[in-house]
Amino acid sequence: MGVNMDESLAITWRRIPERYRLEGSECTKCKTSYFPTRKLCPACRRKGSIATKMFSGKGTIYSFSEIYAPPAGFELEAPYTIAIVQLEEGPKITAQIVAPHPQVKIGDSVEAVFRKIQEDGQEGLIHYGFKFRLVK
Amino acid sequence: MRKVAIIGAGMTKFGEEWGRGFRDLIIEAGKASLEDAKLQGEEIEALFVGTMASGSLIGQEHTGALIADFMGLTPIPSTRVEAACASGGVALRQGFMAVASGMHDIVAVGGVEKMTDVDGGNVALALGGAGDQEWELFTGATFPGIYAMMARRHMLEYGTTEEQLASVAVKNHKNASMNKYAQFQNEITIDTVLKSKQVASPLKVFDCSPVTDGAAAVILCPLDKAQKYCEKPVEIIASAQASDTLALHGRRSLSSIYATQVAAKNAYAMAKLQPKDIQVAEVHDCFTIAEIMAIEDLGFFASGKGGKATEEGKTALNSDISINTSGGLKGCGHPVGATGVKQAVEIAWQLRGSAGARQAKDAQIGLTHNVGGSGATAVVHIYKKAF
Amino acid sequence: MILIVIFMAGIVGYGSYVPSFRIKPDEIAKIWGEEAERIKKGLGIQEKSVPALDEDSATMAVEAAKNALAVAGISAKKLGAVYVGSESHPYAVKPTATMVAEALGATPDLMAADLEFACKAGTAGIQICMGLVSSNMVNYGLAIGTDTSQGRPGDALEYTAGAGAAAYIIGREKSQILAQIDATYSYTSDTPDFWRRPHAEFPTHGGRFTGVPAYFKHVMSATQGLFEKTNTRASDYDYFVFHQPNGKFPLEAAKKMGIDTAKLKQGLVTPVIGNTYSAASLIGLASVLDVAKAGERILVTSFGSGAGSDSFALSVTANIENRKNGVPLAHYVAQKEYLCYGLYVKHRKKLKSL
Repeated sequence: MGVNMDESLAITWRRIPERYRLEGSECTKCKTSYFPTRKLCPACRRKGSIATKMFSGKGTIYSFSEIYAPPAGFELEAPYTIAIVQLEEGPKITAQIVAPHPQVKIGDSVEAVFRKIQEDGQEGLIHYGFKFRLVK
Repeated sequence: MRKVAIIGAGMTKFGEEWGRGFRDLIIEAGKASLEDAKLQGEEIEALFVGTMASGSLIGQEHTGALIADFMGLTPIPSTRVEAACASGGVALRQGFMAVASGMHDIVAVGGVEKMTDVDGGNVALALGGAGDQEWELFTGATFPGIYAMMARRHMLEYGTTEEQLASVAVKNHKNASMNKYAQFQNEITIDTVLKSKQVASPLKVFDCSPVTDGAAAVILCPLDKAQKYCEKPVEIIASAQASDTLALHGRRSLSSIYATQVAAKNAYAMAKLQPKDIQVAEVHDCFTIAEIMAIEDLGFFASGKGGKATEEGKTALNSDISINTSGGLKGCGHPVGATGVKQAVEIAWQLRGSAGARQAKDAQIGLTHNVGGSGATAVVHIYKKAF
Repeated sequence: MILIVIFMAGIVGYGSYVPSFRIKPDEIAKIWGEEAERIKKGLGIQEKSVPALDEDSATMAVEAAKNALAVAGISAKKLGAVYVGSESHPYAVKPTATMVAEALGATPDLMAADLEFACKAGTAGIQICMGLVSSNMVNYGLAIGTDTSQGRPGDALEYTAGAGAAAYIIGREKSQILAQIDATYSYTSDTPDFWRRPHAEFPTHGGRFTGVPAYFKHVMSATQGLFEKTNTRASDYDYFVFHQPNGKFPLEAAKKMGIDTAKLKQGLVTPVIGNTYSAASLIGLASVLDVAKAGERILVTSFGSGAGSDSFALSVTANIENRKNGVPLAHYVAQKEYLCYGLYVKHRKKLKSL
């Protein structure tokens, strides 16, 4: 268990809409989609207007790496694959590719799945969120 | 704006310094820089210190005051500067601006990190804080993993090979073998790198800079007063810094670092120089791919040509351009907060002609390039012989 | 006495999920010096599912529920109730149902609770949803059975305890009902055949006592009770799905009741995925619904140790022909990667230091 990794309850709780169901945002002025949520459109700044937008969870692998030297808290799952996924709505995000999977390639299609991300030891909070699964 | 010079430079041996703590390291580097500038200490008007993660690594914040205290420099203003692995470079820029603006005459700039007081998993966590904690580190992405994803894009877009990545480490170990301050003093081969343990594919242990303890310091003063303290001052002729999205996934490209390109462009403009004018450069090679991107983004080689250039020896000591004569982060070591200042120390030594076996011939103009995180901060300085 | 009423309720959506990892009895038997062939034959099991390290009852419930919503073609916002039945809830205290509802986007206008009744908490959830829907308290209720069941190393359960989830959306709109629930009947008694005390990592069971006085008595009493209350008999049904702790018990129960065992085949999936506990009979039903035709009748009987059985009589409607897309159970059954015992121990965190 990584002592420093234990994310505060409030951080996890605030992120539930994004992490559980890919609730992001969109600037209604310039129509740019943001995931994770942004509260200010970097393009329009104070002239922008941010609204909630649901993301489909569909995307493609933009880049990836198999992690053999994990940070504290991820030892059991290593080696695991992390990727930058290009969502079909535009933004890219970082997430794990769930096991088992064949050799991952850039350009592979993926879909979001709900998984455990970290556990704060035996008695602490379980942090859930999205990972991605290869789709044929 | 006043012209600014480095009048003193010093550093500790970089490595796993089990016997010395955070305070010991920065004091040793600070003393070395003061001795080099022939100062007693009371001449110092302000102190800027780059430290990335003392809170996570040694449980200590407020390290600006701590260092002023143990250096015997109280009550001067002392400020900790944090920009992840670019903390040292950004601290140097703060010192530069303090002198250039006329606010202070003699300023000390330090950089320090004590990394071996916690275990490897917790070092990875602390360094992960240089990225986006809630959207990168949370997912299990590590810094090697983040740079590995850049490497994979660079390989896809330009055909860069694992052998070319390895050639960066081979060259930097060779340079480090001639640097008594370096963590690694051994030469390695392409095979050493390729056969080393996977860390985050395609990066292996020898593609990664190590966990290092160390500190470095420089003393700055107005150029017109530099000769009073130093026979061989080195002028800082440009200082530029740029920012980008904290998370790698927010960037326009993964195969280059935009913040480096912007900082470099502004630094060259400020110095009224071009990339070809640089003879010696310390660039941020936290991973082998980082040096390849750096020498492209800094304009030394065209985009996508950095791997081939390195493989062909064009970045070796006294070739087209001498890159990372100190051994870089890979060979000399990477105590994160110290690195940016150590780069300035190395360039000062190179321009003074005091770099010994690894001296770049006729070095007149040097450059340092320090990156924070995966490229959310980049800082570039250009230096000129001023004697 | 339980009243049988004509329910204005039926299944409008269903979905299942089974993790991709599998372990064969041969791998387990060789650790304990057992004869694999004898175990495979004795338990009627070829392999069992094992969850990935990042899967638990909550994550599997979400996968199954998303499939159910896809089949129903309704938004999660329309769910008025979510009940999650499991004997392996991720938390002893803190509901799985809230996590599932949040992940689906069903919050905050809904009722939610976790249920536990060994292997039949999922069907108990369906009964609750039937009541809520029939009484117009909600328009749609979601009932889920989900488990990452545990077997003590070396115990007979280690060969069968699998992982999976099944989700059912109960509604009353005739145009949406894929299978009308004609009747339900439950048979309940205090029978100490299987339990797990708080803080115990693995369940304890009564060995052969789990058979005749527990599984067979309850499954058969509930099934025969439903026959009586509905004036039907075995020949009136095209499919039977019984709780399936192994590959043998459901077939034996059928034989004892004079039911053609061929009618159990489509709904008997434990031989290839293991006993998925709270999900077992519901995954069996999903397998049947995946192939069922309009007009066919299905009888489902769950069993939960402790003990009780819920029986349901279902009539498949014409709507089944144009159901929306979901992932069929066969997809999950076919997708698999085998583990050796060492990796299995890591997956199930059976080493003390994990």
